Amino acid sequence: MEQLISLAVKAIFVENMALAFFLGMCTFLAISKKVQTAIGLGIAVIVVLVITVPVNNLIFNYLLREGALAWAGYPEVDLSFLGYISYIGVIAAIVQILEMFLDKFVPSLYNALGVFLPLITVNCAIMGAALFMVERDYSFGESVVYGAGAGIGWALAIAALAGIREKLKYSDVPHGLRGLGITFITVGLMSLGFMSFSGVQL
Amino acid sequence: MSLRTVLDKMEPHFHKGGKYENWYALYEAVDTIFYTPGHVTKTAAHVRDGVDLKRIMILVWLCTFPAIFFGMYNVGLQANTAMAELGLAESTGWRGALAASLTGFNPDSIWDNIIHGAVYWLPIYITTFVVGGFWEVLFAMKRGHEVNEGFFVTSVLFSLILPPTIPLWQVALGISFGVVIGKEVFGGTGKNFLNPALTGRAFLFFAYPAQMSGDAIWTAVDGFSGATPLGLAAMGGVEAILNANVTWFDAFIGTIQGSVGETSTLAILIGGAVILFARIAAWRIVAGVFLGMVAMSTLFNLIGSETNPMFNMPFYWHLVLGGFAFGMIFMATDPVSASMTNTGKWVFGALIGVMVVLIRVANPAFPEGMMLAILFANLFAPLIDNFVVQANIKRRMKRNVG
Repeated sequence: MEQLISLAVKAIFVENMALAFFLGMCTFLAISKKVQTAIGLGIAVIVVLVITVPVNNLIFNYLLREGALAWAGYPEVDLSFLGYISYIGVIAAIVQILEMFLDKFVPSLYNALGVFLPLITVNCAIMGAALFMVERDYSFGESVVYGAGAGIGWALAIAALAGIREKLKYSDVPHGLRGLGITFITVGLMSLGFMSFSGVQL
Repeated sequence: MSLRTVLDKMEPHFHKGGKYENWYALYEAVDTIFYTPGHVTKTAAHVRDGVDLKRIMILVWLCTFPAIFFGMYNVGLQANTAMAELGLAESTGWRGALAASLTGFNPDSIWDNIIHGAVYWLPIYITTFVVGGFWEVLFAMKRGHEVNEGFFVTSVLFSLILPPTIPLWQVALGISFGVVIGKEVFGGTGKNFLNPALTGRAFLFFAYPAQMSGDAIWTAVDGFSGATPLGLAAMGGVEAILNANVTWFDAFIGTIQGSVGETSTLAILIGGAVILFARIAAWRIVAGVFLGMVAMSTLFNLIGSETNPMFNMPFYWHLVLGGFAFGMIFMATDPVSASMTNTGKWVFGALIGVMVVLIRVANPAFPEGMMLAILFANLFAPLIDNFVVQANIKRRMKRNVG
């Protein structure tokens, strides 16, 4: 239990997907103008991560890794070269389902997220979480916690960025830096603030 | 001829089409230091107050004076004591020579200590002021806004949170980063979201760890290494501090190793009382920081740990060590980068208090956490405000409907 809590804290703060690994930057920068939308997207990412990381964990452990097919009578088969395509397929399918669900039940969020909802499919944070899970050899329980933690950390970061950008509406940025330029500087300064966790041993 | 007539006579040259129109920002800065600006709000709704931003900033600047003087005394005291211990009669470098030409190095003499401290702190402050002021005026001239007295506060706070032995070129680099990236790219005072002084300090901290942390940098004597009490506590808890002959009262008065202006909790609280009484610093933030720190350190006390002695450090030690008091009074209450709503101020303060203990106790990489805790809370300040405002809107909607 204690190990799972420390894994969650690590995934949320110490190894924050957005501000420590700079993953999922495209959506992070594009959908952070309004707090409400950013929180919606953050929740969508959490949902996708909580589902895809464990599912990919099962696929990896019972189908792809070396010797995983022993239950089917093929102990010598190693399908791990199919990893990338399987993970991205799973992610794409789950995002598609999420999109249909939002379209039906939360149309306001569906419209606000627009094209970036299908783009969650290629959000590096989601693929990154799946690959970290494989690389670090998480068990099923750990992968659930890690997926949730990574998602919450990313959602927290995008919500904070959206809050800052709403405040920055009143700022007077030099012309050449308006828009994306100042957002990059903002994200850089945010990750300076998140450095407070670097070096935490859990 | 009064000063007013001199200024009035000069004024036309600085207006558009005048000889020195590019330098208007500088003229305006000097003028408004001496006289209240004549501009008034022209649109309909605004709050009237006899105090303007310039007076507020100058008052905060004055309130750092107890910390400055005690800081200089303490830098000198630490250096002179160390010299007496090592048996040195002469201090090295141009600063040592300057101090030697003015006075002696007797650790029992208050005057000697202050002078020896001043030859370390004053160059730091002058560098900060000149380099930071250069950027400030450059941006003001090019972008057509005023030179703001906020810089007085930023510069003095920045110089007070540096270790006394820091090389001056690093001071220049740090304040440049703080002023330009931390503030001016967003449009100047009131438009940034991080505390500029802390941004500069954090930049130096991560860029030049050798000159910003460790044991050798806190005493202005070559070859003398004295750990800060927080550094000691990270190794052996409160006992280690007491073993180094530092009592709680020493730490409260401030005769300990540390950055120039942040050792003396007493001097900081004297200045802090004035800005709190004048209602410049938000008491809710200060109370929030304090309560958050007490709650978190008590929690750690209760959990306890055999391997990490910091778990057992009580809250009254956290209060007097490191930059906690300085950050609580002068940094967290920065009205620009803190939360604006009343409820938000409590949450913002508590977040700092919790984070600082968390970093001190749980993060072995950094013995001191105040700077990073405040920067971290700065990031979430707008979001906290947003939630408070949304909750308020919801509550009022309910009240009206029901």
